[in-house]
Amino acid sequence: MAKKAPYIVPVGPIHPALKEPVHIELTVVGEEVISADFTPGQTHRGIEWMGLSRNPVQIVHLTDRICGICGVTHSLAFARAVEQIADITVPERADYVRTIIAEFERIQSHLLWAGVAAHELGFDTLFYLAWRVREEAMDAIELITGNRVNYDIIQIGGVRRDITEDQHEQILRCLNNYKDLFGKLKTLFLEDAVISSRCKGTGLLSFEKAMAYSTVGPTARASGCTADLRVDYPYAAYGDLDLKPVLPTAYGSEVNGDTYDRIVVRIFEIAQSIEIIEQCLANMPAGPTLWEEKVAKILAACKKAEGEAVGRHEAPRGECLHYVAMDKSDSPIAWKVKASSYSNLHVWPLILKGAQLADIPVIVASVDPCLSCTDRVAVTDADASRTKIFTKEELTRLSYEKTRRMRQ
Amino acid sequence: MNVILAAIGGTIVLAILAIVFGLILSGIDRRIVARMQARIGPPLLQPFTDVRKLFAKQNIIPANAIPWLFNAMPIVALASAIAILMYLPFGSFAPILGELGDVILVLYLLIIPSLALVIGGFASGSPYATVGAQREMVSMIAYELPLAAAVIAIAWRLMAAGVADPFSMLTLMQTSAWDVVGPLGIVALLLLLVMLAWVTPGELSKIPFDSPEAETELAGGILVEYSGRNLGLFTLSQAVKTVAMAAFGIILLLPWNLSPFLGLTGVAAGVVDLIFFVLKVIFVAVVSVTVVRTMMARFRITQVMGLYWLVLGGLGAVAIILMMADAYLLGVI
Repeated sequence: MAKKAPYIVPVGPIHPALKEPVHIELTVVGEEVISADFTPGQTHRGIEWMGLSRNPVQIVHLTDRICGICGVTHSLAFARAVEQIADITVPERADYVRTIIAEFERIQSHLLWAGVAAHELGFDTLFYLAWRVREEAMDAIELITGNRVNYDIIQIGGVRRDITEDQHEQILRCLNNYKDLFGKLKTLFLEDAVISSRCKGTGLLSFEKAMAYSTVGPTARASGCTADLRVDYPYAAYGDLDLKPVLPTAYGSEVNGDTYDRIVVRIFEIAQSIEIIEQCLANMPAGPTLWEEKVAKILAACKKAEGEAVGRHEAPRGECLHYVAMDKSDSPIAWKVKASSYSNLHVWPLILKGAQLADIPVIVASVDPCLSCTDRVAVTDADASRTKIFTKEELTRLSYEKTRRMRQ
Repeated sequence: MNVILAAIGGTIVLAILAIVFGLILSGIDRRIVARMQARIGPPLLQPFTDVRKLFAKQNIIPANAIPWLFNAMPIVALASAIAILMYLPFGSFAPILGELGDVILVLYLLIIPSLALVIGGFASGSPYATVGAQREMVSMIAYELPLAAAVIAIAWRLMAAGVADPFSMLTLMQTSAWDVVGPLGIVALLLLLVMLAWVTPGELSKIPFDSPEAETELAGGILVEYSGRNLGLFTLSQAVKTVAMAAFGIILLLPWNLSPFLGLTGVAAGVVDLIFFVLKVIFVAVVSVTVVRTMMARFRITQVMGLYWLVLGGLGAVAIILMMADAYLLGVI
């Protein structure tokens, strides 16, 4: 019998399994994927470029729009970078509010992901259930911030809104509902025979590879890496809490690094977030929620600031970095966002290789890709209607030149 | 001449009834799934609106496609789905072409709509459709084994019981297998009931066996390039096939009529039996398609093969052995 020829199945940039555009090219023999390649960067919004002509307080609003789900992630990381440069001390109460809202974001993000993963497996009932359950977290977020997406609660030097005593009761009721539901959610996702058989042993990412590819967040923890920014470098209120990174051992006895383990980590992180919020609510210190009420004073402090800093936050998807450099002017001279998805997307070719075509959607979804977080500026000459494509060497050279300019 | 005209007239009436009922059944299915998922769901008659819309839309033929084959397959699928119905008795109504074919013919006819989908998929020249068509072929091969085992077990037992012409659809409808078997045979028939309940969603490409059309990985698989009128015809053939498959299962395993219990005869008996039959079709479709597709995730194609060949094929073999043991114990062989 003649050897079967490889067959190329393109996925994306527009595809029903993808909620955002990315191009994945799969070479398949029969049902087995023998190699995979991906091209991110199908959309360009130029958010970093926009930020460089705005002042830090305006950029905080902009950072909220980087991603539709990580409302707090980017603004918190950016605010922390600016606070370090301008030497602004965040009040303790604001740190607690920041932690609470960040953990609520983790709950809703993981539930959203759980729904998407179930949909990719063809299990729409579970998808509807997960998204219906997620609504409660969204309602709680709306109660605290006034918004369901783009929360806009973070301000440089604290938070814009306090969590009042009256709100505690409603938030605790929401958390108690989640506690009751948690067992059901665990049973549906982790004990369902079809989900187990589809996810166990697929999309394997070993500990060594997870480390070598610098994966972050639940993707890394599912492979046994204990990296968790909240534990390793505590910030906000995390230092006051007793936290341990969630590993797949929370449910099973061993770490396999497969799709199933990534589900386990995310489901158990929901439970962990519920505990964190409860602890924060119980121990919230009194005091102001902003370093300075008047925006003009915050801006004046920023204008005096000089230097560079990296703001970090453990987002639902993993560590998110914001590099900011300021030189006593209105706007930062450099702002670079490295969203957690950046670190995680690169394992796709690795974990897709050898998988069955049917498992591609759930494996792709298992790293919880957020492609809008990875958007960058494209250099297009409108007059000549030409788009410049940089090679790796050119980009490295430009990066060196820019660093040199900034240090002068 | 009159016989031919009657057959043509009967076919047209049957086709219209089957399409209307098939679409209503699909509406009921969507409605119940929505309720089970705590949604409201579309109106009951939404499938009619969908099909009307599809027929009004542009019919696009891809550049890579083989146009005549691509256009012919939806018609073949619908025609063969309606053809199945002409060999099936409904309630106490005898099939239109009952004397010209038997249960084996129906088994073959059931393959043709799927085969039309496969050929249409390959003819469309899309990589998704090609992968989908490969999967459809594999699942066709897979579910044929338990289906054939079920038919053979029942027909063989009826033959052993001395029923004349056990492969005829009319015989199967009139002589219930449950009446002729002993205790072991009842166990075998229960096994066959389970098997048929699992074959039905496979035959109809519904979750968990919808890998040929997997929306999330293949963007619609076989049907990805179909649009407008062609997609409308495939939708109709799917609706008719749902009726045919449920009716086929009922004739094999749930062939009771209501009129003998009520002591009715004539037209009244026919109407009551037909209504009862329709209710049974709805019941079977809801149990084996709607409920299953709500509570399960999609299988991989290898799992589909494993389930049909190893699990259900094994069950089929057990059922046949039980039937033989039953006949032996009752002393009929």
